[in-house]
Amino acid sequence: MEFSVMLGQLAEGMVQSICIFALTLIFSLPLGLLVSFGRMSKNRIVSTIFRIYISIMRGTPLMLQLLVVFYGPFYLFGANIGGMYRFIAIILGFSLNYAAYFAEIYRSGIESMPRGQYEAAKVLGYNGRQTFMKIILPQVIKRILPSVTNEVITLVKDTSLAFALAYMEMFTIAKQIAAANTTFVPFIVAGVFYYVFNLLVAVVMEGIEKKLNYYH
Amino acid sequence: MSLLEMKHINKKFDNLEVIKDISVSVKEGEILSIIGPSGSGKSTLLRCATMLEEIDGGEICYMGERAAWMEGKKACHPGKEAMKRIQEYFGLVFQSFNLFPHYSVMKNLTDAPINIQKRNKDEVYKEARELLKKMGLEDKEDAYPCQLSGGQCQRVAIARALALNPKILFFDEPTSALDPELTGEVLKVIRSLADLDITMVIVTHEMAFAREISDRVIFMDKGVVELEGTPDEVFTSGHGRMQEFLGKFNQR
Ligand SMILES: Nc1ncnc2c1ncn2[C@@H]1O[C@H](COP(=O)(O)OP(=O)(O)O)[C@@H](O)[C@H]1O
Ligand SMILES: [Mg+2]
Repeated sequence: MEFSVMLGQLAEGMVQSICIFALTLIFSLPLGLLVSFGRMSKNRIVSTIFRIYISIMRGTPLMLQLLVVFYGPFYLFGANIGGMYRFIAIILGFSLNYAAYFAEIYRSGIESMPRGQYEAAKVLGYNGRQTFMKIILPQVIKRILPSVTNEVITLVKDTSLAFALAYMEMFTIAKQIAAANTTFVPFIVAGVFYYVFNLLVAVVMEGIEKKLNYYH
Repeated sequence: MSLLEMKHINKKFDNLEVIKDISVSVKEGEILSIIGPSGSGKSTLLRCATMLEEIDGGEICYMGERAAWMEGKKACHPGKEAMKRIQEYFGLVFQSFNLFPHYSVMKNLTDAPINIQKRNKDEVYKEARELLKKMGLEDKEDAYPCQLSGGQCQRVAIARALALNPKILFFDEPTSALDPELTGEVLKVIRSLADLDITMVIVTHEMAFAREISDRVIFMDKGVVELEGTPDEVFTSGHGRMQEFLGKFNQR
């Protein structure tokens, strides 16, 4: 197989991997915030439900969760799971899983905020929503950025788990080419891809951290 | 009419009675200092007055308007509109400043007046600059709290409270978190407010300052008001606990 043809096929996979990565972040970052609210809820039933959710998501393999999300509807309801659903299941599975991790990160950040910030805001007339959006959340984001960076780097590598659903992302394609042509080259290309991707992630996150470094 | 009226206030933490049937009233333009050993409930009293804590008994009125009262065992407050109005009557300066670290000095002062009180931007900025000048911080408006000394932070916090034009300003040990050499600049600023006839309630361990600035002094101990009167009356009283308290101070 020509190297350029191989690269072409792998490039298509890269686009899919980047798609999974981007969509997972877009959905799981806000979802994680909601989950953290649920987890911190004063209502014992609500907080217990979210505690269990987080514990399952963090306590079982992501690959298994992907299989459950994909095949679950078929085994449970006999639903037709072809076509677009494969991609939807991947995004759903990744987002639900990462939301749990992000939720715990948000929670640690929110709980680390000194009470004085809430009290100062209250006396100045901010309501609960304004206090959270204007005073608490911006500071929480700065505090949790290093932990978020860790998760994002893990996510880059985790996108390869989509091969469990035979989705045509980078890693699945690399495996196929390698098997069909008895060559090791696609794995090297894949490795370089993930590495460069993560270098980029590190640069971007460092940039954001620098931007927020105007105070401490 | 009193600006602030606290009647028969009780406050418990679990089973610990921290405020025991305290009544305090503050007239417009008056400066009241609250002194007493630590743990006597001074902060809690201010936190009840500013509704950071719910009372367990009694009633709080601002300008004759009920801000908190009891219905059965539960503290009640008026509706949203009235509460917002009452909230604007008072400001609080914390021991630990509690400035917003992600906001510049200017934004710390102007964010609430502009976005909460919905006042005119230009007017708010103009007033904020005047306030900063009064605090001796005219060159700090673009600085962030982390770039300031403790004394400067506390002066910003005072300016931030004043920017909302409160009728009464509470101070909870405004100089206790400061190095001794920075205490003076903050006390000087508070003194300058006294000249402007701003009503103030000051919890402080600066005895000379309290004696000099106050119209009235309250000595609290173990959740009750032990003594109340003019500075001279209180500081020269023969009251045992007060003597003991002042004695401890003079030894330091
Ligand atoms: N949130 C709280 N929970 C439990 N106990 C508290 C709380 N806040 C204050 N206390 C207790 O109430 C008492 C009075 O505290 P405080 O009002 O801070 O005294 P002061 O300001 O005069 O030093 C202390 O015994 C303190 O431990
Ligand atoms: Mg105190």
